[in-house]
Amino acid sequence: MWNSPAEFFAMGGYALYVWCSFGVCALVLFLEPLAVRARHKAIVRRLQREVMAEQFDQKGGK
Amino acid sequence: MSNVNNLSSSRVMNWFKFSSPSTFYPLAGKMIPWFWALTVIFGVAGLWVSFFVAPVDAVQGQGYRIIFIHVPASWMSMFIYLVMAAWAGLGLVFNTRLSAMMAQALAPIGAWMAFLSLWTGAFWGKPMWGAWWVWDARLTSELILLFLYLGFIALQASIDNARRADKAGAILALVGVVNVPIIYFSVKWWNTLHQGASVSLTKAPAMAQTMLWGMLLMALCFWMYSIAVGLMRVRAIILEREAHTDWVKQLNEVKP
Repeated sequence: MWNSPAEFFAMGGYALYVWCSFGVCALVLFLEPLAVRARHKAIVRRLQREVMAEQFDQKGGK
Repeated sequence: MSNVNNLSSSRVMNWFKFSSPSTFYPLAGKMIPWFWALTVIFGVAGLWVSFFVAPVDAVQGQGYRIIFIHVPASWMSMFIYLVMAAWAGLGLVFNTRLSAMMAQALAPIGAWMAFLSLWTGAFWGKPMWGAWWVWDARLTSELILLFLYLGFIALQASIDNARRADKAGAILALVGVVNVPIIYFSVKWWNTLHQGASVSLTKAPAMAQTMLWGMLLMALCFWMYSIAVGLMRVRAIILEREAHTDWVKQLNEVKP
């Protein structure tokens, strides 16, 4: 169907519309999981600090 | 008799076992990689069909290829809303913590899908209709869906008490369900610029077989993606909301 990479990227004259659609879609589907992973890491780090602080308290109390 | 009772009670136990955040958290963690693998498999297959197998359209040339993400994103935006409202409703009726967390985890994905549906629609409408946007019934009701998602997210974020936020959000989500059939049937009920359904259960699809396959594969990819990201987000929400509990503090990833 495509005779050359250039023809593929030109999308029969619809390059702007096709690639802006697919590009933004790829960007969103790529960034959202990264944001969710960052949120998970942030709460895990907070919990780690809390647990460490509790242990520190118990040791200090002895 | 007592045997029967035991059996039925153990079945009830199993059913509700995973509605507890402490048992669902590790289960979700195990499921996530599988759903990512399926997302990649369906995505690669779907993109390959979309760009290298599906023939050029007689009327719209290569520009029609936007359909392969536009339709799956639109389907998912409506489907996720129904699932989200169902979880929110379950949370409202049974007062289960996990249901409300599931609804909360799905809302941003649905909002992104509605955004992508509108965005790709604009980039399809411009070359084909000559306008990025028209106040057509289909487009307007999809925009309202995006606002319903954003309203749900904003309402939950604005109420400090998590359980009250769940209840308020659930009511908003359930009322908003009325919009989903409006979107779906808008092309039938009103004379819209937007074309009618490309895929229907009652009649043969009005498109080439390979185009249909590309669309279904991309829809499966979006579906698996939504489950994977939903599970990831619900895990973060579980930890945030259950931060005070002992089981969270005994998790391997939290222990120092």
